[in-house]
Amino acid sequence: MTAFWTLAPVMVLAAMGLIFARKAVHAALCLAVVMISLAMLYAAQDAPFLFAVQIIVYTGAIMMLFLFVLMLVGVEARDSVVETIKGQRAAAAVVGIAFAVLLSTVVAQSVSLAVVGLDGANADGNVHGLATLLFSRYVLAFEFTAALMIVAVIGAMVLAHRERLVPPPTQADLQARRMRDYAESGKHPGNPPTPGVFARHNAVDTPALLPDGTPLPESVPGTLTPRPQGGTEDADRAVAQIEATGPGPDERPATTENPETTEGDDQ
Amino acid sequence: MLDLSWLLIAIPLAGAALLLTWGKESDAFGHLIATACSAASFVLGAIMFVELLGRDAGDRSVTTSLGTWIDAGHFHVDFAFTFDTLSSLFVLLITGVGTLIHVYSIGYMAHDERRRRFFAYLNLFIAAMLCLVLAADYLVLFLGWEGVGLASYLLIGFWQHKPSAAAAAKKAFVINRVGDLGMALAIMTCFAWFGTSSIAVVNDQIDTVSGTVATALGLLLLWGACGKSAQFPLQAWLLDAMEGPTPVSALIHAATMVTAGVYLVVRSHDVFDASPTARGFVIAVGLITLLAGAWIGCTKDDIKKSLAGSTMSQIGYMMLAAGLGPAGYAFAIFHLLTHGFFKANMFLGAGSVMHGMNDDVDMRRYGALRSAMPITFYTFGIGYLAIIGFPGTSGFFSKDKIIEAALAHNVWVGIGALVGAGVTAFYMTRMMLMTFFGEKRWREQVHPHESPSVMTTPLIVLAALSLFAGVMALGSWIEEWLEPATGHAVHHDPPLPIIVITLIVLLVVAAGVALAWLAYGRQQPAAEAPADSEVSFFTRAGRAELYGNAINDALVVRPVTHLTRALVWGDGKIIDGLVTGSADRIGEISGELRKPQTGFVRSYALMVLGGALVVLLGLLAVTLA
Amino acid sequence: MTEYITLSTLLFSIGAVGVLVRRNAIIVFMCVELMLNATNLAFVSFARQHGNLDGQVAAFFVMVVAAAEVTIGLAIIVSIYRTRRTTSVDDANLLKA
Repeated sequence: MTAFWTLAPVMVLAAMGLIFARKAVHAALCLAVVMISLAMLYAAQDAPFLFAVQIIVYTGAIMMLFLFVLMLVGVEARDSVVETIKGQRAAAAVVGIAFAVLLSTVVAQSVSLAVVGLDGANADGNVHGLATLLFSRYVLAFEFTAALMIVAVIGAMVLAHRERLVPPPTQADLQARRMRDYAESGKHPGNPPTPGVFARHNAVDTPALLPDGTPLPESVPGTLTPRPQGGTEDADRAVAQIEATGPGPDERPATTENPETTEGDDQ
Repeated sequence: MLDLSWLLIAIPLAGAALLLTWGKESDAFGHLIATACSAASFVLGAIMFVELLGRDAGDRSVTTSLGTWIDAGHFHVDFAFTFDTLSSLFVLLITGVGTLIHVYSIGYMAHDERRRRFFAYLNLFIAAMLCLVLAADYLVLFLGWEGVGLASYLLIGFWQHKPSAAAAAKKAFVINRVGDLGMALAIMTCFAWFGTSSIAVVNDQIDTVSGTVATALGLLLLWGACGKSAQFPLQAWLLDAMEGPTPVSALIHAATMVTAGVYLVVRSHDVFDASPTARGFVIAVGLITLLAGAWIGCTKDDIKKSLAGSTMSQIGYMMLAAGLGPAGYAFAIFHLLTHGFFKANMFLGAGSVMHGMNDDVDMRRYGALRSAMPITFYTFGIGYLAIIGFPGTSGFFSKDKIIEAALAHNVWVGIGALVGAGVTAFYMTRMMLMTFFGEKRWREQVHPHESPSVMTTPLIVLAALSLFAGVMALGSWIEEWLEPATGHAVHHDPPLPIIVITLIVLLVVAAGVALAWLAYGRQQPAAEAPADSEVSFFTRAGRAELYGNAINDALVVRPVTHLTRALVWGDGKIIDGLVTGSADRIGEISGELRKPQTGFVRSYALMVLGGALVVLLGLLAVTLA
Repeated sequence: MTEYITLSTLLFSIGAVGVLVRRNAIIVFMCVELMLNATNLAFVSFARQHGNLDGQVAAFFVMVVAAAEVTIGLAIIVSIYRTRRTTSVDDANLLKA
């Protein structure tokens, strides 16, 4: 019980953090806290296998996946403070609290039986008991989960894949374009300076300073621009700004390469 | 040979089908096919008639069945035809006069581009009319009854480009439907009481049912007959029907179809024998129509409408005779035949006059045509003598017999018939004088000329028939001939000797002729009809067809129109209102239900959670309860 | 035992409210994961109460399904972001009546 009473407040607070955190990364961290605590509660409840799985699958795999995606779409993309749907927050609060009260009351009322404990079931070891069940009574469901996994993998590949419509430019093409740009607009044909050159920071999102002290925006990798990294401006506003000035979403390179050298390089 | 009745019908029907389906290439000879079909039917009918003549009196009825038409439960109808003494006369009249009119139409319709269609309709009419008179079952009769109605409708409205013709056809059709309602009810009554609609069975078994049923059946049959024969109170369509081509008026609206009502009454003679009340109604209808038709005939300046009034009047005579019971059936049919001849003759003569006068029908613009078209004049004159009952002509015998029988039945009925004869003489003389005598009142650019021989030959034949058809009455041949079909004729002695009655009739007729001569022969009729305000009430009423149309309008047309409008209004506002209103309500409810569909997934999630909460509350309520 | 279940319902409700109020699709997704985890806790607790391992098997299956679901869900989010430049669930409202 000590474990429970130690962990329960932490979990509730972390879960609340999921609702109130402004930054998505903070929310992800809160969720990780909840999941690890949950793993401990599994261990406390005679479920060592699930404890391990929870750590490995949830905090190890799933949370990492979340963080990867967060990084892809912009770590600091945040919700605007203003609720767009009228009354949504109030209604959510009312319904949520009513639901919690009602459900916990009802369920608590109904679980008045004595706790049997898993000593008998875990006599041969928890993993052994689970395996016996999985490969006997639940073998069909187990097989289906295998199919589900296959489908999920293929689905993820299909969804993330983008068909290349035009062949990638070759080195010769890029070179020719650089020279043409130079001829037409006088743009410097060589590599732009890397970010942070002569600047006070050498972070990747800090533009390089030219010898006369003016910043050179082109030195910042193009894909960082739509994702406000560390700035205070609203994500929505940044997106609007990009869309007003920059190229269309489909033409925009998706990776961190220099925009001048990449064209639709997909991962 | 006598079981070939169906062939009589089939020939013209095939002709009609052929002409209606054949293309333009048959325009050149289609009318010849139609005439040949009609003539073939006539020849066959004549052969069958001769064969019937050769049989014994008790054996002169042959019924042939083509098979079962309807077999539903207890209701069984054979498609059967009866060729007996009564129908044989009709067959000869229909096909004979019909063929003559076909021939006449070849000339009359020569310049009509839809002539082939006209002949197809004529053949259709012949077939339907033969079906009517040959039918052995009221239902088969009804088939022909509707068939002639259809043909009549098509032919009245043949010049459908004229709004008046289209309206007249519609009017005839609608009023005929009113009559058909009575006919249909009569057939249903037959089925209800006798379990069959066979004419022979109904007539045999009429004595087994109560007098009330017989009276009801008789009145329903009379109702049907009134519609078809333009008898009071369903007379209004006949005068408008003159919008059709003149051969149509001669064939359908004078000689044959309009006499179908008389045929029906005579054919159902046992029903009327069983019900004196129904007979009384027949007499009353006949008498009223007789006088009304004559009245109208006196006042119309339109030669065809005047003749149409005359037709009504003469059919009134036939109805009157048929209503007299066994004493009158044979006379009714006799007058029907002679009238078929002389009235067809006069209608065709009128058509010939119109042909020469650029289709003008106003008698006030005729005059002095006897020298311009002599053949028409002489044939028309013979028809005239026949209709007024000049001694020796067919009309003399037939009409005289009816007046005698009417006098024997009831003095007042007889006097009514007598007055009718006088008035007939008056208006027919008026017509003769205005058309063929006096001075020319022709319009400019009218050059009357005699019609071609294809038109005058039928006139001559019909004139001869009008003159000599009276031989059928010699030695009471017609009564004996019809005895197997209409029963033995019982004669009551008239209140006066027959020779005295004949003299009185002739006197009355002479008075009518003299009166007409005084009014229209000695002085010239005005070239323009006097305005309604200048003429007597009698003329005004006659011109307005005794206000029959006004009465129909006031009693039926306007109330029904208003009722229809009310129903349409009710349909639009109440029925449609309910339907569209409920649809509108559903639309409004849907519009309200649409509002939560914001497209925001979070709203939907809120609803899901709210729903889960409600389910939870429900579970709780159930558990606690 | 009751306290475990109460914690489970509490976490579940918090996750539900998070789904309702958050607009960032990734966070909404995290909240869904929280709800799944809450049910897992209930499964494990009930397994202990009833003295058999069926509850733990169920929790195991939930985890498997959740893993598959996260894969697909995040792929969808990425592809939406790639075309619309946003992860706000409110912007995907073309379905509105």
